[in-house]
Amino acid sequence: MTSVPLSLLRRTRVASSVIPGFGLTLGFTLTYLSLIVLLPLAALLLKAASASLDQWLAVLGDPRVLSALWLSFGGALAAAVINAVFGLLVAWVLVRYPFPGRKVVDAFVDLPFALPTAVAGIALTALYAPNGWLGRLLEPLGVKVAFTPLGVVVAMVFIGLPFVVRTVEPVLQDVDLELEEAAASLGADRLQTFFRVILPAVAPSLLTGFSLALARAVGEYGSVIFIAGNMPGVSEIAPLLIVTKLEQYDYVGATVIATIMLAISFTLLLVVNLLQKWRRARMGG
Amino acid sequence: MIEVEDVSKHFGDFKALDRVSLRVNQGKLVALLGPSGSGKTTLLRILAGLEQPDAGRIKLGGIDATGLGTRDRRVGFVFQHYALFRHMSVAENVAFGLKVRKGADRPSKAVIAERVHTLLNLVQLEGLAGRYPSQLSGGQRQRVALARALAVEPRLLLLDEPFGALDAQVRKDLRRWLRNLHDEMGLTGVFVTHDQEEALEVADEVVVMNKGRIEQIGTPAEIYDSPATPFVYRFLGNVNAVPCSVTGGAAQVGGLHIGGGAVDGGGTAFVRPHDVEILELSPDLPQATIRQVIVLGPVVRVEVVLPDGTVLDSEVTREHKDKLKLRRGLEVSIFLRKARVFVGG
Repeated sequence: MTSVPLSLLRRTRVASSVIPGFGLTLGFTLTYLSLIVLLPLAALLLKAASASLDQWLAVLGDPRVLSALWLSFGGALAAAVINAVFGLLVAWVLVRYPFPGRKVVDAFVDLPFALPTAVAGIALTALYAPNGWLGRLLEPLGVKVAFTPLGVVVAMVFIGLPFVVRTVEPVLQDVDLELEEAAASLGADRLQTFFRVILPAVAPSLLTGFSLALARAVGEYGSVIFIAGNMPGVSEIAPLLIVTKLEQYDYVGATVIATIMLAISFTLLLVVNLLQKWRRARMGG
Repeated sequence: MIEVEDVSKHFGDFKALDRVSLRVNQGKLVALLGPSGSGKTTLLRILAGLEQPDAGRIKLGGIDATGLGTRDRRVGFVFQHYALFRHMSVAENVAFGLKVRKGADRPSKAVIAERVHTLLNLVQLEGLAGRYPSQLSGGQRQRVALARALAVEPRLLLLDEPFGALDAQVRKDLRRWLRNLHDEMGLTGVFVTHDQEEALEVADEVVVMNKGRIEQIGTPAEIYDSPATPFVYRFLGNVNAVPCSVTGGAAQVGGLHIGGGAVDGGGTAFVRPHDVEILELSPDLPQATIRQVIVLGPVVRVEVVLPDGTVLDSEVTREHKDKLKLRRGLEVSIFLRKARVFVGG
């Protein structure tokens, strides 16, 4: 009953993989990533570097830019949080309860992946416009969705849902019913079982789903611009502002906003990854 | 004390338990033994409150617990695959049952830490409190699961195939260890197993189950020496089951008189291999021919064929084999020390 540290076993095993060709595959990976990801980003940074400090300050001081960035990232965060909660719920229902039509519901989850975003945007706008099916019901309550920041969040929730469901689902499938039974036999009530046993087990995948939904929502353009109404300073998102600037031949302004977006996105994803790493280290791998 | 009264349980058309009644006295360790599908795990889960019976009653310590959920039964349940919480360290796993208590029932941090320490000592895992389940061997995980179940001071400990997922040597060690632990703590325990050796070695009392019913309840010696039904005979240990006929109150197998039968007719005679004695050829005793001699460590299995073609397995010692120079083709006499006849079975 001696125990060999698992991490040690794994490390030695990697060294002697039965499939050779590490050099070749690594070379290919780096080349591919460079061409597809790094080169365009480098071009962006190069262009941004050509902007003078004054130009940077001008863009950063522009309330329209700040409000667009705030809407893009704030809205995306809000949408990702909403998706994390309800995506987990959807995944839970799909995994735990067999019901007629489950396969169909399961397929529905992927629709936001597949639908052209413009179609989604137009559909959402038609629904939530003041004379739309849902907008008509909401208007007397004083809730305006279409052409407001709320509409932006709604569109972002729509396109981000599958990311959470699809990352949480397989992990939830692995959470054995026995764990819940064990918790119950130890005296835990349902809430305790959920928050102390199930949630920590799915937390890493939930965090991954959250960051994917967040990244997607930050970069979303097509579906948002229809429902947003795009009022400068109110419901205009940063990607749209970039397009607007490009159309006005303000390449420097567009690049600077893009660079800021890149920096914030990178920081957000880095934080999520560090969180994951910290968690893994704490659990001992 | 546990009392199970007329409990039945169906899963769809499948009858998992069919009016099962059972009584386990305080401080006993009882094995539910049977093949898969015999209902033993269902019975255990009903005792734990993880399943509710369709009919019948469960009493724990004289109080009706039927309908009570797992949470309120104060039973410790140890799962076959441990069901440890992977994101918690060993100490956190053991402390879980105490930490989820509410209000005044919840012990202070110091008390919990003390109790975890005591329990980890008990299961001999003192040094591993900070490890995570993924860093432990199977045997260690099972002991953590046991410590976790004991932490809530259950009035009843239930174990579902506790050693089923472990390899042979670890299993043997843990078995003895569980038996000793039980003797020290005096807890009432029920465990499920399909391994007869495990049941006979560890339990005070064995409940043999088959097809949702109890075939026999008794001490390991009773179960082995005087099985109540053909099923128990077949399930526990090796046995020769040979067709026989009973006429005039005497049972015959291939011209061999093997004892009495209550009712005339065809039946099956059960003889344990070690009750088939092999002797030097003698005119007073029935004859047989050796067909096969297999040495299995200290014992030797000998297959003999009776004149009518019936084959019997016999077990003899190495010394006996050497003394009689047993080999294939040798003519010998046989004597059945003990046999039991089930008419119609």
